[in-house]
Amino acid sequence: MNLTLKVWRQKNKEDKGGLVTYPVTGISEHASFLEMLDVLNEQLITQGIEPVAFDHDCREGICGMCSLYINGEAHGPDRKVTTCQLHMRMFKDGETVHIEPFRSKAFPVLKDLVVDRGSFDRIQQAGGFISVNTSGNTQDANALPIPKPMADKAMDAATCIGCGACVATCKNSSAMLFVAAKVSQYSYLPQGQVERKERVLNMVDQMDQEGFGNCTNTGACEVECPKGISLEFIARMNKEYLNASTSSEK
Amino acid sequence: MSNGFSNSSVGRKVLMALSGFFLITFLTLHFVINFLSVFSADLFNMASHFMGTNWIIQFLMQPVLMFGTLFHLGMGINLELKNKAARPIKYAMNKANENSSWISRNMLITGIMILLFLGLHFYDFWIPEIQDKFVDGIWDNPTKYFPHLVHKFEDPIRVIIYCVSFVFLALHLLHGFQSAFQSAGFNHTKYTPLIKKLGYLFAIVVPLGFIFIAVFHHLCSH
Ligand code: HEM
Ligand code: SF4
Ligand code: FES
Repeated sequence: MNLTLKVWRQKNKEDKGGLVTYPVTGISEHASFLEMLDVLNEQLITQGIEPVAFDHDCREGICGMCSLYINGEAHGPDRKVTTCQLHMRMFKDGETVHIEPFRSKAFPVLKDLVVDRGSFDRIQQAGGFISVNTSGNTQDANALPIPKPMADKAMDAATCIGCGACVATCKNSSAMLFVAAKVSQYSYLPQGQVERKERVLNMVDQMDQEGFGNCTNTGACEVECPKGISLEFIARMNKEYLNASTSSEK
Repeated sequence: MSNGFSNSSVGRKVLMALSGFFLITFLTLHFVINFLSVFSADLFNMASHFMGTNWIIQFLMQPVLMFGTLFHLGMGINLELKNKAARPIKYAMNKANENSSWISRNMLITGIMILLFLGLHFYDFWIPEIQDKFVDGIWDNPTKYFPHLVHKFEDPIRVIIYCVSFVFLALHLLHGFQSAFQSAGFNHTKYTPLIKKLGYLFAIVVPLGFIFIAVFHHLCSH
């Protein structure tokens, strides 16, 4: 396949940046989108042009590092896949492909297509954990009975890989789906009960401080989320938040 | 620690939903009373007279409604401005239609169309009421409501503006009705699909009913 790419190039945080057009040739339709970018970078290097910087790590859809807004959609036109899982057969030979970084005030562009998703880390640090004593007398997790439906729901929420596609897609740049998944996963489990109220208050607080927008229930995040995280969790987080706000003991 | 319920994004969404529920309740009442005018002038006069002269409604419920509407409007604009600020650099290419509906993305636009309509609606029905009651001092005129209504809908331009406005109301409610439940934290495997259906029904039947009322009186007056 031969393609025309319009790629966002930006030297550093301060640079204004802009779209630059590059042709790529000889792309296999079985290649992944990131492999196609590898080919582009090889071609650029031979021409003495600086390769395009983009995020990636596992390349199998589990780490959440790869990002990219491809042809107007987070992770491109396919559903329930990350960019590393996106196949080139989703595109037509000769097509022009727009490649932009995820856009959000809370995800500043560092270079080219690489954005800083540290805001997600800080939200996690604000409450996305449970405190357990690890000094040798740790209780076996399986000693706690957990109803199967609860375990299933917690697992559904926990599949969120923190990629940020929800933020990138949302017209409000809202991080609600991500935060809702992280808040919910613990709220279903006995281990999550101790810090349940503090957790939702602190995580939502941090989310607001990072400058994400407010959810207006367009549902775009759910459609573009590679893990199919459900909007149901956002309602759950709102309920958790309402509950925590209205109880005097936290 | 937390910076407070009404300052947080989630808290504000919940308040937005509550004001939305309140407006939906009001709209339902307004609709039922207006629909009486189709069946009987006397019934409509009676209900309107009650609403217009009952002190609890006039001096408690009416200010609450004003506040609720202004709150909904103010909060809606406030949230929208924050949301715009959350993405300072736009995408060169964005296929929003692939993942969300136009109505869900343009609640502010449909809301502002409703607001513009409210301006006309106040001019038509609320200002004359204030004139009657507070300037002329006439509180007891139980038969004025129906003729006033009919008179207003003689003008075809006004009927058209009203009908178009009700279409915007329908668009606002098509998303808003179910969205308010979600914002308030209610999402249930069994009930949410029902709420969605009920919301679509409400969002179509009520504005269509209002359109019917306007057109009905226009045709009857000719
Ligand atoms: C005065 C003009 C109005 C404006 C400017 C306005 C604006 C807005 C905005 C910006 C939203 C937020 C969108 C979202 O979060 O998805 C909203 C939501 C909503 N509006 Fe309005 N609106 C107006 C009138 C009304 C009226 C008359 C009703 C009902 C009869 C109504 C019912 C709702 C409902 C139910 C919601 C959903 C609340 C939620 O998502 O939590 N609005 N409106
Ligand atoms: S909710 Fe989905 S889109 Fe958002 S960060 Fe998690 S996996 Fe990515
Ligand atoms: S590189 Fe790990 S999910 Fe794509």
